Amino acid sequence: MSGDMATFFSVSVIFAVLMICAALYCILATRNLIRILIGMELMTKSVTLLLAVGGYISGQMAVAQTYIITLIVLEVVVIAIAAGIVIGSFRHNNDMDAGRMNNLKG
Amino acid sequence: MTYDFNTMNVVLLGMFLAAGVWTVMTSHLLKSAIGLAVTSIMLTLLLFHLKATLAGVFELSVCAGLITVIFISAISLTKPVAETEARKMKMKRLQRFIFLPVLLFIAGWLLSSRMIHLTNPAHTVADAAATVQQALWSGRRFDLVGQILIILAGVFGIVVLFKTKDSVDGDKKQ
Repeated sequence: MSGDMATFFSVSVIFAVLMICAALYCILATRNLIRILIGMELMTKSVTLLLAVGGYISGQMAVAQTYIITLIVLEVVVIAIAAGIVIGSFRHNNDMDAGRMNNLKG
Repeated sequence: MTYDFNTMNVVLLGMFLAAGVWTVMTSHLLKSAIGLAVTSIMLTLLLFHLKATLAGVFELSVCAGLITVIFISAISLTKPVAETEARKMKMKRLQRFIFLPVLLFIAGWLLSSRMIHLTNPAHTVADAAATVQQALWSGRRFDLVGQILIILAGVFGIVVLFKTKDSVDGDKKQ
């Protein structure tokens, strides 16, 4: 791996880790359910970035793209289901507080 | 040429992180959802720059488009809080998120000082020349089955979540 590639890889990993830190902070510092979902989304964006950079560095961009597409499909399904649960929780509790998720029944 | 490539990447990565931090720190949920879409667009530009065009198209259409629509729908289906309460929450929010830039700065400094010579990943060249189509349909065909099953599970999950009690009773009567 050339020096430029190594620098590019390191810088990309640093930015991805910083994004994961911001997303973790978002999840831990708030109790709003939608904001927690947004934090999760930001984390998956970092993972997508790492997959793309890994594929580029290793020269296997095609395989990396298949992983990214699979990740995007998973991401959409998880967010759709989670948004449904959030709306259900809001209808039940009239609140978006994550602490009240214990009140859900059934 | 290489210098331009690295500079462009760093600029795009910086914009990606800035959009992400703005998404986390903004007080309005709607602005936060829009910030998430902007983050997705920055990631799409990065993917295009890394020659991952198909993944970039997926990211742009699905993550910047569909997921933003899901978030905005969820926000609009839940009523906003009262103005006085919102003001209090905003102050609390600022207090809670005041440490984020400091935390990110320290983390960035630690990472850049210790991990700049991160690894030397093994350069495996097998199947390096394969196109996305070949990789997806030949190498990772089983992933497609998993994706179909996951999408079906998601659809059934949404149907079950939005099933009202009346519709269940109606089904029973029939």
